[in-house]
Amino acid sequence: MKITLNVWRQASPVDAGRMVKYELDNVSEHMSFLEMLDVLNEQLIGKGELPVSFDHDCREGICGSCGFVINGVPHGPRRGTTVCQLHMREFKSGDELFLEPWRAAAFPVVKDLVVNRSAFDRIIQSGGFVSIPTGSAPDGNAIPVPKKDSDRAMSAATCIGCGACVAACPNASASLFTSAKVSHLGLLPQGQPERYDRAVKMVNQAKEEGFGGCTNIGLCEAVCPKNISLENIARMNRDFTVGAWTYREAAGEGGAA
Amino acid sequence: MSATASSLARVSRFYEAPIGKKVVMAVTGLVLVGFVLGHMAGNLQIFLPVGEDGVYAIDRYGALLHASEELLWGARLVLLGSVGLHIWSAIQLASAANAARPVRYVRHSNLNSSYASRTMYWSGPIVGLFIVYHLLHFTTGTVHPDYKHLSVHDNVVKGFAVWYASAFYIVAMSLLCLHLYHGVWSMFQSLGFNHPRYTPRLQFGAKAFAFLIAAGNISIPLAVLTGLVK
Repeated sequence: MKITLNVWRQASPVDAGRMVKYELDNVSEHMSFLEMLDVLNEQLIGKGELPVSFDHDCREGICGSCGFVINGVPHGPRRGTTVCQLHMREFKSGDELFLEPWRAAAFPVVKDLVVNRSAFDRIIQSGGFVSIPTGSAPDGNAIPVPKKDSDRAMSAATCIGCGACVAACPNASASLFTSAKVSHLGLLPQGQPERYDRAVKMVNQAKEEGFGGCTNIGLCEAVCPKNISLENIARMNRDFTVGAWTYREAAGEGGAA
Repeated sequence: MSATASSLARVSRFYEAPIGKKVVMAVTGLVLVGFVLGHMAGNLQIFLPVGEDGVYAIDRYGALLHASEELLWGARLVLLGSVGLHIWSAIQLASAANAARPVRYVRHSNLNSSYASRTMYWSGPIVGLFIVYHLLHFTTGTVHPDYKHLSVHDNVVKGFAVWYASAFYIVAMSLLCLHLYHGVWSMFQSLGFNHPRYTPRLQFGAKAFAFLIAAGNISIPLAVLTGLVK
């Protein structure tokens, strides 16, 4: 296959950056998208040029490291798939592709297609601790969890924190990510003690990081490689609203806070 | 801290978050949706014939709405307050969204997102401007060719006989349709209501509602232009 790539090249966070065109012949349809970029990088290194930087780690769609925008779609055209699991058979010979990094003020570009996603780590951190006993292993099934709750909690917990939701959102909102994290603890009995405070803290942190607000457009859900549902955002809205209106200061000293 | 101050602080903390602003959008939106439905239902009385006393049904309805100035102004203040809060929250959300993505993409894709949802920041302000014109047209009569207070039927017929006024009404109602198409469903999501069984029905209901409102309202200038109502 013959593929034309327009790749965002930016040497450093302060560099202005620009799109650079590369032509690739002999792309195999069995290659993953990242393998195709590996081939491009080998050629660039051979010519003494700097290779294209992109984040990747497991290359099996479960770590959340990889991701960039292909022709306006985070992780490319295949639904429910990270870019490392996207294969060149999704494209046809002669295609021209535009590769851009996630675009958000809260995700500054580090280099080329690599962005700094520490903002997500700080959102998770802001959620604080979960009150669970840490001594010897508890008896299995000591805490009953309704099946429909565990299903939804597990499906929220599949979020790998790749940032595609932010990249797709016209408001650059982190609502789908934050709501997945709020939901996977908020649906389980173990997550109840801090449920509402956690929602308030994480939502406020997302705002502090400079992410926009949700206007229910749904592009996040469409590009999410883990098919996280908008239902989680509704749950976060609910928990935040309850949390914000019922908030009260703790009485005096004490506790593990 | 006094109880009042702390509850005020809570309102501002709640409102500071984007979700707080969206809840304000949703609640004020609900008030306005209720008004839009009532307003359309009331206005469709233009199609009712003259009563036995020789008074148009819609003129009687107009007099009823003006029966108590206190209630009328109470309702107007609630509506104006809702519009004000709706616009203010929208401006703040839009400016946050702009700041959140300083560098645009070279290539865009809209995937499965609806045109209505992506153009709320366009349909909203245009409908807002229309409301100002509409008030000057049929409430104060400032831009009406021959306005007489409370003779609703004549005002409507004379107002819509001006073709470009009617055209603007039709365009504005199409945009209102677009705004409601997304907004009526979206307010439930903002308030935290989403369920796999009900949300698809709500989305369908929102679309049906949007078309109903647009069709009902557009029928009035069309009826005047075609001579059905004279």
